[in-house]
Amino acid sequence: MKHKILATTAFAAVFSAGALSASAQEIRIMCTSDGAECEVLDELTTRFEADHPGVDVVMDVVPYQAVLESLPVQLAAGTGPDLAMVTDLGGLNPYYLDLAPYVDRDYWESSFGDVLGWYRASPDDDGIYGLHMLLTITGAYINRTLFEQAGVEVPGPDASWDDWAEASRAVAEATDTTFPMAMDRSGHRIAGPAISYGAKIFDEDGEPILVDDAFTAYVQKFVDWHEDGTMARDVWAGQGGDSYRDAAQEFINGELVYYYSGSWQTGRFDEQIGDFFDWQVVGSPCGEGGCTGMPGGSGLVGFKQTKHPEIVAALMDYLAQQEIYAEFSGRTRNIPAHRAVASAGADYEGASEPAATALKTWGAQVGRVSPIAFAYQGYRNNRAMFNITVQRATQAVVGELTVEEAMERAEADLAAVLAETK
Amino acid sequence: MYSTVAPVMRIIEIPFAFVQSRLGIQRLAWLFLAPNLILFGVFAFLPIILNFLYALTGGDQVLLNDRPFVGGANFQSLANCENVFDPNSCERDLFWRAIWNSVWFVVLQVGLMVGFSLLTALVLNRDIRARGFFRGVFFFPVLLSPVVVALIWKWILQRNGLLNAGLEVMGYERVLWLLDRHWAFAWSVFLSVWAHMGFYTLILLAGLQAIPRDVYEAALMDRASPWRTFRKITLPLLAPTMLVVLVLALIKGVQTFDEIYAFTGGGPGSATTFIIQYIYQTGFAGAPRLFGLAAAASILLALVLALLTAVQLWANRRNVDG
Repeated sequence: MKHKILATTAFAAVFSAGALSASAQEIRIMCTSDGAECEVLDELTTRFEADHPGVDVVMDVVPYQAVLESLPVQLAAGTGPDLAMVTDLGGLNPYYLDLAPYVDRDYWESSFGDVLGWYRASPDDDGIYGLHMLLTITGAYINRTLFEQAGVEVPGPDASWDDWAEASRAVAEATDTTFPMAMDRSGHRIAGPAISYGAKIFDEDGEPILVDDAFTAYVQKFVDWHEDGTMARDVWAGQGGDSYRDAAQEFINGELVYYYSGSWQTGRFDEQIGDFFDWQVVGSPCGEGGCTGMPGGSGLVGFKQTKHPEIVAALMDYLAQQEIYAEFSGRTRNIPAHRAVASAGADYEGASEPAATALKTWGAQVGRVSPIAFAYQGYRNNRAMFNITVQRATQAVVGELTVEEAMERAEADLAAVLAETK
Repeated sequence: MYSTVAPVMRIIEIPFAFVQSRLGIQRLAWLFLAPNLILFGVFAFLPIILNFLYALTGGDQVLLNDRPFVGGANFQSLANCENVFDPNSCERDLFWRAIWNSVWFVVLQVGLMVGFSLLTALVLNRDIRARGFFRGVFFFPVLLSPVVVALIWKWILQRNGLLNAGLEVMGYERVLWLLDRHWAFAWSVFLSVWAHMGFYTLILLAGLQAIPRDVYEAALMDRASPWRTFRKITLPLLAPTMLVVLVLALIKGVQTFDEIYAFTGGGPGSATTFIIQYIYQTGFAGAPRLFGLAAAASILLALVLALLTAVQLWANRRNVDG
């Protein structure tokens, strides 16, 4: 009798598990973040699950490197997740699920019109592929306490790169600070200043050129600043290849006067600097081409290899709703890409005064972004162009190549990339 | 014992005897080899063939079906140089920078490694106090993970590192060891020697201990000087072991990647970028991923390694044959 009960129970368990797995629709999200993004996203998807019985959303939190290096290979092999948080917005377009048949196009166009193009294959493409969760802007932070200690006036909002370099040097000298200036080792970071210097990045037909006189002039200036000690040599010369490196730790440690990075550092600085010193966002310096930073960020995309396109689209549409999106932006301390949320202002509840001010300043910087910077961010091969910039500019910084040679190499590299990816 | 094993053996024998009667003894050997051959085929031979196929294709797609056939274009692109001694004159300048960095690195690292290993082995072969302790000390770095080795030396050599702190205490200026191309390269060689020397010291020590003591006693009776004893007895009798050490160190030197990648990232610029890192960056870390070019470079590297391995096999055979 006992054996019979056990056998019946086992049969029932196996049967019900089978039935459950047949009805449960599991979708997996590959997520990566610097802050609380994955955590908040997980909470929001749990609410989505409650509204959609039978749907199981699994969050795989992975290092950023996995999204950059492993995800493209997984997608090519057909073994990728259903959704992922990506930063190579246009580069992965061939794998994206077009949400247009599943969502209200008008709502998406009116809410995210500015950034939907970043996920598209070409200007003729009108698909809806990505939900831009984090809008970022590159720009600078200053250690305001050091400026006050040095008695140096903080340059105004229209100050040029030269004005900032001079002021930062004066502050570093007066306060015996290790580094006057630093910029993240990234082609994305150097693009904004180069565009402010007048670099066009694309020719009149919209084809990428990367190098022109203005671009070369900025790289020359950048190299000179490394030679005279204005820029922290440790950031760009401390690495090889096109690896990323930031100078956030140097800024947090109070060893840096002026740090060109981006809006995503705000949360970290708020948390780690605390009362150690006063810091401030000062945006991007100005030049002939304006006072632009580079927009960017990361977005959630669905992949067409998913077995549950309706659920993927439903989840993305849920997250795109104004109330949910506003909660995500507020809790993760990010600039919203959703127009209505941006105009209403995200509620950064619990943020300190410097962080709230910083986020407001970053929000205002969006209006100063050059159309060239927007186009560059949306260009399919921009990652290759960023990498070329880092590799060649570093060679000029360390003296392996002259600036002229480095720029010739950059042009040749770009031609090779375009030939390989046409 | 026999009474316990024999019945078991008789049971095991039945299926084998049956298979042998069907296949014959020659084929039975293949049957035993099959599992290993299958594993080798799937995980070694197949990737080698795929690597060759990738080297003949272009584009940035992952799957072979989607990649256009380009013949020898990748090899041609790598070899397209006006002067191979000047990377700036080459189409793929970073490849040639990596090649020359690797050549200089191998020459310096192997030379220093063999020299220091021999010196250390000679000292440790003597009847010194705490010999066992010192053998352990020299071998210890070999046990460390390459990333740990890199981090230890990074902390010592960085701007605010231990070495600069020491220099400042002594009244000297800080030196940016890892931000200067020449210093970074020199420290990379040092780090590599420090990390691997213990392994080669151990091999040479075993070689030294295999030299018969009576030869030294005879030299002592003939009043041969220590230097003459070293030159005329130790070195010739140690030569076969030295050759093995040399070839092993050469192969390992050409394959250098992990510890230097963690140490300098290949920089400043491309000063410490070696050939394996070039292949990794070209095929996996860059954008777009040029699998064809990376595969072509890895084939060229494989040819060099095959040559070095052939030398090692020849040296081993010569040792065995006396």
